[in-house]
Amino acid sequence: MADARHRPMTSALLEVKGVTLQYKTPRHLVTATYQIDFSVHQSDRYVILGPSGCGKTTVLKGVGGFMPPVEGSIRINGRAIESPGPDRMMVFQEFEQLMPWKTVYQNVLFPMKVTKRFGAKEASERANAVIEKVGLTKFRDIYPHMLSGGMKMRVAIARAMALEPDILLMDEPFAALDALTRRTMQQELLSLWDQLRFTVLFVTHSIEEAIIIGSRILVLSPHPGRVRAELDAEGLDHNSVGRPEFGILTKRIHTLLFGEKHPLRAQQEIRA
Amino acid sequence: MNAEPSQKPGQAPRPEFEVDLIEATAIGDVERPLTITERLVNNEAVQRLTILVTIVVIWELYARWLNNGLLFPSFGETIRTFSKDIANGVLIDRTITSLRTLAIGYALGLVLAAVLTTVAVASTAGTRVLSTLTAMFNPLPAIALLPLALIWFGLGTPSLVFVIIHSVLWAVALNTLIGFRGVPETLRMSGRNVGLKGARYVGLILIPAAFPSILAGLKIGWAFAWRTLVAAELVFGVSSRSGGIGWYIFEARNDLDTATVFSGLLAVIFIGLVVESVIFRAIEARTVNLWGMQR
Ligand SMILES: Nc1ncnc2c1ncn2[C@@H]1O[C@H](COP(=O)(O)OP(=O)(O)OP(=O)(O)O)[C@@H](O)[C@H]1O
Ligand SMILES: [Mg+2]
Repeated sequence: MADARHRPMTSALLEVKGVTLQYKTPRHLVTATYQIDFSVHQSDRYVILGPSGCGKTTVLKGVGGFMPPVEGSIRINGRAIESPGPDRMMVFQEFEQLMPWKTVYQNVLFPMKVTKRFGAKEASERANAVIEKVGLTKFRDIYPHMLSGGMKMRVAIARAMALEPDILLMDEPFAALDALTRRTMQQELLSLWDQLRFTVLFVTHSIEEAIIIGSRILVLSPHPGRVRAELDAEGLDHNSVGRPEFGILTKRIHTLLFGEKHPLRAQQEIRA
Repeated sequence: MNAEPSQKPGQAPRPEFEVDLIEATAIGDVERPLTITERLVNNEAVQRLTILVTIVVIWELYARWLNNGLLFPSFGETIRTFSKDIANGVLIDRTITSLRTLAIGYALGLVLAAVLTTVAVASTAGTRVLSTLTAMFNPLPAIALLPLALIWFGLGTPSLVFVIIHSVLWAVALNTLIGFRGVPETLRMSGRNVGLKGARYVGLILIPAAFPSILAGLKIGWAFAWRTLVAAELVFGVSSRSGGIGWYIFEARNDLDTATVFSGLLAVIFIGLVVESVIFRAIEARTVNLWGMQR
């Protein structure tokens, strides 16, 4: 049941096949990910998990349309991704993704205005509602430079959510939050998902967060990122943290990530 | 861990404590307008005024001590000449003539800078063209082009406009290009993410994001242009009947009327100060300062 490759092709919203992504700098050619395969289905909470520098952000940039793959294909709804678009709203890892010249409210409103997806009145209502959801109503008319890092992140999340994209790409969105706010935001994301059943591709390097948020988890190897495993994490949330299944899955992922030397590791050392 | 509070020998024990939160409503809202005194002390205008008054006092004292109106007229004398020429309209006429030429040159310079930078950001080849042109022409003093301008356009406004354009164009284009290049990658990506392309991308993302740099270019361009204009008027003001401020100064020098020379210089400085600390300050306060992009 668990393997995505055995499901019918039609249900896949996002299909990533044999994708290699590289950065060309004036002096180096960095291969960030190597021949990655996975597919995300409608209403998946699909988590990409891997150690720092393994290419998680790079995969999101590929799906976002910011980086064309040097090999393989990325398809959404059956058509190849060519350029960035509002059907794949991205929450970036960095704080400077908000426009400093717009207030919190204007930042959230901006994508809706640009894409004309909603009428002026509806857009405004949606913006206010989503700002309320991330708990920033008091800071509605404040410019981003007066917000803390975590608050900026929440604005970025609100901005992406408000547009209701086909797939939401989130790059370690809760990494900058304190434990309590992180928990609240995780719960908020899950309860929103319960209501709206949107599709989200979620990057994290926390095993616990991956299990809580994810319905499926893609485990990537250290740099260059290759697929190590795809696991099922349906039905595990905050309430199951103490439960044995949770512990077993955590241990399993831990072994996959850092555990005993596996054949690929030796291969990687040769390549390096 | 040890449950009892740790205690080093010879030191009093440090008790743990919990207190009720103190009332914080006195601070009021998250944002609070500053009081009048707080604003006055912080106000740049007030600070600048203090500096100006100090300079005037030193000037007056030095001129009285020197006591030679031909070399160094006192502040009082300068102001008297200044207000006389304001009252009889001469100085105002001259200033308006200068400002009109300046406005034409500045506007044309900005248009050309906009065109050049648009071409430059469109491709790497364009960027190379602009950086090479800027490297060539930016160090070239506008005044050095005046003889050429006189040959091409003859005496009069077109020559002045030509040298003003030269002094505005490169400063603004270079700063805008630097500003565009400095826009953080994440901000660019979040703009492209919502599907912005071409002119809308430049207008809605690049220009506001690069605004501190663009504004710096506008300020430098303005200062260059004003300087160049006054200097150019001095050079060939002689043969021009309806001259600007440079011509006013030149005439006064021919009559050895130093107080009028001073009053002309005062007008030049005054306009410089107004544009810099009223117009540009106001733009800054409403944009880059408000957005926290510049202190
Ligand atoms: N702009 C870039 N130019 C060149 N190499 C890059 C660039 N961005 C990332 N890389 C390289 O690509 C690899 C993957 O980077 P990526 O940012 O995708 O990692 P990540 O998994 O998101 O890490 P983290 O969890 O720390 O965010 C790294 O080895 C990095 O050095
Ligand atoms: Mg990353």
